[in-house]
Amino acid sequence: MSSSEIDAGDSVHPGKPVIVDRYTVGARINHWVTAVSLVLLALSGLALYSPSLYFLTALFGGGQLTRIIHPWIGVVLFFSFMGLFFRFFRLNLWKKNDSVWLGRLREVLAGDEEKLPEVGKYNAGQKVVFWSMSILILILIVTGVISWDEYFARYFSIEQRRMAVLVHSGAAIVAICVWIVHVYAGIWVRGTIGAMTRGQVTGGWAWRHHRKWLKDLVTTKR
Amino acid sequence: MFTPVPNPTTNPVPPKFGEQDLIRRSASTVTPPAKRLTEVAKLIDVSKCIGCKACQVACLQWNNLTEEVGVNVGVYDNPHDLTENTWTLMRYTEYENAESGNLEWLIRKDGCMHCADPGCLKACPAPGAIVQYSNGIVDFVHDKCIGCGYCIKGCPFNIPRLSKADSKVYKCTLCVDRLAVGQGPACQKACPTQAIVFGTKDEMKQWADHRIKDLKSRGFANAGLYDPPGVGGTHVMYVLQHADRPEIYAGLPNNPTISPIVEVWKGVTKYVGLAAIGAFAVIGFLHHTIAGPNRVTEEDEKNAERLTEGRS
Amino acid sequence: MTNSWTDIKNADLVWIMGGNAAEAHPCGFKWVTEAKAERGAKLMVVDPRFNRSAALADHYAPIRSGSDIAFLSGIVNYLVSNNKIHKEYVRHYTNAAFIVKDEFGFNDGLFTGYDESKRSYDRSSWEYKFGPDGFAIRDMTLEDPRCVFQLMKKHFAQYTPELVERVCGTPKDKFLKVAEWVASTANGERSMTIMYALGWTQHSHGAQNIRTAAMIQLLCGNIGIPGGGVNALRGHSNVQGITDVGTLTAAIPGYLALPTEQEPTLESHLAKRTFKPLTPNQTSYWQNYRKFFVSFLKTQFGANATPENEFGYNYLPKLDGIYDCIKMFDLMHQGKTTGLLCQGFNPLMAIPNSNKSREALSKLKFLVSMDPIETDTARFWENHGEFNNIDPAKVQTEVFMLPVTSFAEEEGSVTNSSRLIQWKWKAADPYFESRTDTEILSDLFVRMRKMYEKDGGKGKEALLAVDWSYKDPLHPSVEELQAELNGRALVDLKDADGKVVRAAGQRLASFGEMRDDGSTDGCMWIYTGFYGPTGNLAQRRDNADPSGLGVFPNWGFSWPANRRIQYNRASADPDGKPWSEAKKYMYWNGERWTGPDVPDYVPTIPPERAVGPFIMNAEGVSRLWVRGLMADGPFPVHMEPFESPVGNIVFPKLKGNPVARIFKNDLAALGTSKDFPIVGTTYRLTEHFHYWTKSVQVNAVMQPEFFVEMSEQLAKEKGIKHGQMVRIRSNRGEVKGKAVVTKRLKPFTIDGKTVHQVGLPLNFGFIGETKKASPINGLTSAIGDANSQTPEFKAFLVNIEPIAGPVA
Repeated sequence: MSSSEIDAGDSVHPGKPVIVDRYTVGARINHWVTAVSLVLLALSGLALYSPSLYFLTALFGGGQLTRIIHPWIGVVLFFSFMGLFFRFFRLNLWKKNDSVWLGRLREVLAGDEEKLPEVGKYNAGQKVVFWSMSILILILIVTGVISWDEYFARYFSIEQRRMAVLVHSGAAIVAICVWIVHVYAGIWVRGTIGAMTRGQVTGGWAWRHHRKWLKDLVTTKR
Repeated sequence: MFTPVPNPTTNPVPPKFGEQDLIRRSASTVTPPAKRLTEVAKLIDVSKCIGCKACQVACLQWNNLTEEVGVNVGVYDNPHDLTENTWTLMRYTEYENAESGNLEWLIRKDGCMHCADPGCLKACPAPGAIVQYSNGIVDFVHDKCIGCGYCIKGCPFNIPRLSKADSKVYKCTLCVDRLAVGQGPACQKACPTQAIVFGTKDEMKQWADHRIKDLKSRGFANAGLYDPPGVGGTHVMYVLQHADRPEIYAGLPNNPTISPIVEVWKGVTKYVGLAAIGAFAVIGFLHHTIAGPNRVTEEDEKNAERLTEGRS
Repeated sequence: MTNSWTDIKNADLVWIMGGNAAEAHPCGFKWVTEAKAERGAKLMVVDPRFNRSAALADHYAPIRSGSDIAFLSGIVNYLVSNNKIHKEYVRHYTNAAFIVKDEFGFNDGLFTGYDESKRSYDRSSWEYKFGPDGFAIRDMTLEDPRCVFQLMKKHFAQYTPELVERVCGTPKDKFLKVAEWVASTANGERSMTIMYALGWTQHSHGAQNIRTAAMIQLLCGNIGIPGGGVNALRGHSNVQGITDVGTLTAAIPGYLALPTEQEPTLESHLAKRTFKPLTPNQTSYWQNYRKFFVSFLKTQFGANATPENEFGYNYLPKLDGIYDCIKMFDLMHQGKTTGLLCQGFNPLMAIPNSNKSREALSKLKFLVSMDPIETDTARFWENHGEFNNIDPAKVQTEVFMLPVTSFAEEEGSVTNSSRLIQWKWKAADPYFESRTDTEILSDLFVRMRKMYEKDGGKGKEALLAVDWSYKDPLHPSVEELQAELNGRALVDLKDADGKVVRAAGQRLASFGEMRDDGSTDGCMWIYTGFYGPTGNLAQRRDNADPSGLGVFPNWGFSWPANRRIQYNRASADPDGKPWSEAKKYMYWNGERWTGPDVPDYVPTIPPERAVGPFIMNAEGVSRLWVRGLMADGPFPVHMEPFESPVGNIVFPKLKGNPVARIFKNDLAALGTSKDFPIVGTTYRLTEHFHYWTKSVQVNAVMQPEFFVEMSEQLAKEKGIKHGQMVRIRSNRGEVKGKAVVTKRLKPFTIDGKTVHQVGLPLNFGFIGETKKASPINGLTSAIGDANSQTPEFKAFLVNIEPIAGPVA
């Protein structure tokens, strides 16, 4: 089973149309907690990042509250993402075919998936998002703690704290860009959002985008 | 003797400067005032300082601050560092001058330098939380401060301190409230030896020349004025016996500038970052417009049904 | 101070020794920085520690605590043996030319007349030789081997720079630089001021420290001129005022003497003090003593002072000994005292040997503390662990605390070191039920008098004779008290022609108006004029300085007679011309003495009459050799402190001041250099005001905790880390504090032996906002100066050890 593309909880329900369970309730809650945190972090972070976006602090009850809330949401995000990480990392491990997939980005963007290798539960793009986020969130939490003056200023030198905020803001920008890719992909590839709302996708969706995953599911079905 | 700022009238007077005299305002733009105020400066003459801490007491009392009673850790510096309540601090250095063979006890009054190019203001994300008046005062406006501590990272002199009580950042105001009614700063008023004098920046430079001449006549060949150009000059300046080595005065930075890290962070990063986010959003939009949605076809569903047939 | 604070700006050389002006007198020190910055003056500091004054000095020379006389004598020797003195000044304005009695001699550190069993000198041989005319004999060539100058040359010859280095630990080159700088002012063109404080006085030979400094100034001609003088920096804002008004135990106001048992009548008292001139034509101002004394008695006893009863002389107590506070506590310790009233006084902290003081206080029946703050003394009975280890159950002393207003809560005058009386106005209302000192004492007096009237008692006559005719006996007004200090005409005062010069009831304009027939009163002659007919001159606030010499003649009132520089006649040569244009001050303009100040002289006496400039002295000149006026010798002698790390290198037989007062148990409490090899010295911190501001939060922030300063070498030797808690022990007690390891203290090499010194700030105690500490005077000895009884706080022996525990 180690090479299987299936997570516990994934299963197929034959019918018309075929319904495939993709994400468990736990995974979905975990995802949405992370998602909401990330959005709030992006908004509060951007408010403090650029004067032109300072008006966003109004969403959080003003500058002081924005400053207070942001790092705490960061803590929530970090632990929440840890949950996702341990749920998802196994099937996000890089495989040979992922490189092939990524090498045919033109076809990917054109939606011409018949020309791509069959994809397991996650395609290479999703894996890139996953690993980018993992690394970025690690960077963000570390640099965030270093620049969280209220509690940690005394443990770090000024120079370290300066570097931390620079890296933090850079990483945050990258994270937001990755997030845009992630959200866009969810919108562009119709039928995806259901995976994270109802936890299910149609068999056609699985066939089209994650055929290997579907096949594994079907063959391992007892 | 430098003619001290005379005692003001006890009658109420309108403030001599205010909002209309701002030349910089954090995270916002201001229209520069038509008429600039004369730049003021506080000159701290280390060679006249006896380290009596009267300035520290005057600062606490004028600003109605209470500092904690600490402990002795083997030095005269008390408190041991600037805090949200201690906006000025005497720092004592025992310096053995290898050239003359003499011991020198260098006592420097630390505090905000009121830079012409203030790093704190540059770093501050909260509009109007840090302001700079055209007379050179850099002041924190506490009801706008959000307590993020960015100013601390922006300051090349390590001056602002975050209050644990209200999570706002505090530092010397150059007694903006006293200056506004024509008085000098409280520390200057309390200084018994005129180690602190106050006046226009030009007057202070002239007075410093006078002092430097005296110091040179006493064998301090490198006596000079500390008015670092890296931050555009400051409105708190020092007369140093060894101006060639400011770092011996309890780590006064030699040629300070706003940290390049802060410059990058608050400069190019801001624009590049927003541009990148914008670009990703736009590319997504364009891609969707051109390529259209990636939909599952009937064929796909059929294929799935075929695959699962007989498996239920 | 002979000169004034503001006059220091006229100095070309400032010498701080036996004091730390920057630390203890930061506001006055501004005039030093002014002299440096605007005049190019040089500052030199001689001190065991490189202190805050030294931080601004052009030259610093270290000295072992307690060896000042040797250092200063070395300077005297340098000046006279190199002939670097102001010759005309010395010849005409000092007693250098006076011939000394043949019987006078000096041997092995002792002068003639010493009686070891009594620990005192018979001073009869310490006198001038007088001619048949009754005047002292002089040799103006200064060649006579028995003249003061030649005796002086001989006496000081052994104090070579090498000897100074051996005794004081001051490197020869550093000493010689001091000497050369001093000599650079011995010419009438340049002046040097000497600033000292308790670092000179608080030794068993403190008075001799200061007189040696005075000799140096006289040899340089630096007395009576702008930027000169021997300037005592007083330790409280108004301590000059309180000594002026006679809180010294052997004096009445204005430095007049309290009678002794040997003076049963007024005449017998006056006879000893109305000095006749010792040379022709001299003023000898003390001939007016009678006027001042009688006026004092008139104030004290009013209508009860009549010529018939010697103006109430008999009502005054007659001293049978010395009753300074050390003696008082010794008596208390012997159980001979019933009650103690401490008015603004914290003796448990302030006087030596606190353990003895604590025991003494426990033996009282009652203790009254009049103070604006709670003092450690008022709470001596309270157990504060190791800091005040006492069992309250065993103390029977009843303690009363009477809250008193602080200086800002009442109006009145403050007299600073410059003798300048300045008025202060009330700035705030008193807290709660606190009352002024005057109100409390008046209430006490009135009640006690009522009890005496009813029940009688010892001293009843004197108590009832006191004039207490204030409008409201319970609230004497400030005006009434000022008028008493100043003095009034009690009848119309007429001049020789019968013209009324001062109408009855008017206040006097100067002490020159005082009379000895009971027609004037005036409690304190030196203040006369400060509240004269034109009003309260202490309130003047005119900061105009027409001469530019820092005289400020219309700012406050400087006693005596609003004079800013004492002995200022000496600023001109015998012909009445200034010694130099640079130092021009008071001079003869052909008709009278004039200049920016009030002449310290009869203004109309022309120079031809050769009246000496030092009119308070019967000689008319100053004294390099002080006759029998000091208990321990007419010349200074190097004496070691009673606790010294080394023997007396100069006079091996001399152990401490041979005539210092020693109580038996204090002698027994002395430690030896074997057990206690380190020299300890106490001092004040600029962040605190004595023992008061440890009760003030903001001061406690500035210096929160007791510490001991030591050299890096000593710390290494003892294994002490910077900021570590250490224990300091003397033979009398122990204290503990944080170690401040500093480069500013360096070990001394005394006669080849390494001697360490530690510094102990005295401002900390067990009451207040600062961290608790034991009184530092738990370490010090009560042995005091032979002349002033001031305890030897500045040099004693200790040992020191680290206390295991976390280093701060």
